[in-house]
Amino acid sequence: MSEFLQFEDVSKHYGDVKAVDHVSLTVKQGEFFSLLGPSGCGKTTLLRILAGFEQPDTGRVLLGGEDVTDLPPYERKVNTIFQSYALFPHLSVWDNIAFGLKVAKRPRQEIQTEVAKMLTLIQMEDQAWKKPDQISGGQKQRVAIARALVNKPRVLLLDEPLAALDLKLRQRMLIELDLIHDEVGITFLYVTHDQGEAMSLSDRLAVMKLGRIEQLGTPEEIYEAPRTSFVAAFIGDTNFFNGTVAEPLEKHSVLEGFLSVAVDKDYSRLHIEDFPDLECYNDKQIKEGEQIFLSIRPEKLRISRERPKPAPHLNAIEGVVEDVIYLGSQTKYWVRAGDYRISVIRQHSRFLLDENPIRWREKVWISWHADDGFMLEKYSAQDENLIQLPPEEVGETSPDPNHAAPAQPVLR
Amino acid sequence: MKAETRRHASEWLVTLPSFVWLLLLFLVPTVLVFAITFKPPTPYGGIGEGWTLNTLRTLGNPNYPAIIWRTVWLSVAATAICILLATPMGYYMARVSPARRRLVLLLVILPFWTSFLVRIFAWKVLLHPEGLLKNTLVFLGLVGAETSLLYNAWSVLLVMVYTELPFAILPIYAAAEKFDFRLIEAAKDLGASSFCAFRSVFLPGIRVGLLTAFLMVFIPSLGSYVIPDIVGGPTSEMIGNKIAQRTFVDRNLPHAAGLSAFLTVAVLIPMIAITTLRGKESPRDTLREEGI
Repeated sequence: MSEFLQFEDVSKHYGDVKAVDHVSLTVKQGEFFSLLGPSGCGKTTLLRILAGFEQPDTGRVLLGGEDVTDLPPYERKVNTIFQSYALFPHLSVWDNIAFGLKVAKRPRQEIQTEVAKMLTLIQMEDQAWKKPDQISGGQKQRVAIARALVNKPRVLLLDEPLAALDLKLRQRMLIELDLIHDEVGITFLYVTHDQGEAMSLSDRLAVMKLGRIEQLGTPEEIYEAPRTSFVAAFIGDTNFFNGTVAEPLEKHSVLEGFLSVAVDKDYSRLHIEDFPDLECYNDKQIKEGEQIFLSIRPEKLRISRERPKPAPHLNAIEGVVEDVIYLGSQTKYWVRAGDYRISVIRQHSRFLLDENPIRWREKVWISWHADDGFMLEKYSAQDENLIQLPPEEVGETSPDPNHAAPAQPVLR
Repeated sequence: MKAETRRHASEWLVTLPSFVWLLLLFLVPTVLVFAITFKPPTPYGGIGEGWTLNTLRTLGNPNYPAIIWRTVWLSVAATAICILLATPMGYYMARVSPARRRLVLLLVILPFWTSFLVRIFAWKVLLHPEGLLKNTLVFLGLVGAETSLLYNAWSVLLVMVYTELPFAILPIYAAAEKFDFRLIEAAKDLGASSFCAFRSVFLPGIRVGLLTAFLMVFIPSLGSYVIPDIVGGPTSEMIGNKIAQRTFVDRNLPHAAGLSAFLTVAVLIPMIAITTLRGKESPRDTLREEGI
């Protein structure tokens, strides 16, 4: 059952706009799978195609091996949790949950036990006769979940289900969603523009951009090894350095015991203005002379007053602290080095008050291992614009952008 | 304290004109109509001295039950047909693109640019035994040459529906426009067919619009008088015609006032029923009782 849900070469156009552009995707049974991307990346369209609200122009959708592309929404064993919840305002909580079962003409006794079970699951037994406008946002969310789950869908579709909630409630619902997923074991297809939600909930996720999948993998894979600069910037923070690949470095031989073993890792020297002597792991075999963006995550950088001791493949650059943002568990430094404003995160693993922390305007050294940098293609203005787009159709409270814009090279 | 008094005063000041308007032009005349019912008529069409219950007794005229019955069924039928036609129309108008919506809205309002009387006379021309519609139908063999399209209850109903339809479309469209159509998607997602979603989600969602449309069509229909007068015949008289006849032909004002008062009460009953219905939403839902 590994190929439980399949999108095969699915495309959807709206006029000239390619909302979904030849996407193929496979979701396993029981998986929590997220579609992540900025507004207009096609993630919601893909979800609506699965729900049956949109017809794809090309391709087909398979659910448990069966082609469901042409089935109307009401004949698909999938249920959706809408961003706005779309609870029926004229029906009570009880009747909202019972809606699907009543439409399916299930016996009265069964409806009563199933709805009661759901009310217990969402812990709202005492609110059953309230109308949607009499309950809180988090409760509406839970009713929406119950209303979908009571039909025992094969896939539960979640369309930005937390976007309308405030930060605190969102964090709580995040945990609840995770628990519910573990409890019911249904496949979840989760659409969001919020990388934090996607990273913390998903078994796997697909980062989408302009109707295409940029990268698909586990949250760790995507965060640690972004395949494009768009993914690097969209998922978490990163620093970009603009430069070209210079000559490859001689392969290092490490002496291990009596044997001299050649480590087969390729490293290249980089030409980045102001920083002549940087090295980077070149896993993609990028050729000499090619334009690249070097991406390094802020937490992979180390900051110190003294120049770090030279070591193989250790990069070090000098700069001046421009901003210090103390966040309790960590401190974020903005360091000016040449034309770049570099973001560095330092975790406080020791008692800070005994130390002499680095302050504003101090001269510092930033260092990182060549393995921690990634050579990616150019981070374009288009990427930047996409990432800056506000989330589409925000509910009662707008979700705060919980990732800052990536450190950008100051272009001359 | 002072500020509150001033705010109160200014609120009163703003409400005063419409309050005076309603008082002088609606409440006082209505009370007068009720009062005149208990006055004797004079031979010259005036109102006599003293008080009498005679008019109430003459309201027991043996012709009236048939006329009242006709008035009620014509009004109920016109209202039902209008709402039946206006609901899909309102749904369509709420879903269509804004440009098309403006056009359709204009078309709905367009008849108001022509005088009401002219439009009814136009129907008379259309339905006339030598009229376009009649000749076409006869040509198509749908009606016999001797069938009359005019001067019966059906022509009255047709023209009533034609006249009242915009008053049903507009409130239903206004409600449909505010309706959250994602609810229809949600219903379909939960397994409801298009028709089931329409019935169990859309109709309850525009309930207020439907009730308004009902009042807007039913009440004027009960009081119809020009339409049965022009396209109706002696067998399709309505209360409105009787009131006019008593006023202008018989010159018996108390009798006309009595009929009017009866009509007012007849109108008030459904209105009060609906406002109370609208006021308190039943805590339990309708779905449950309907048992889908």
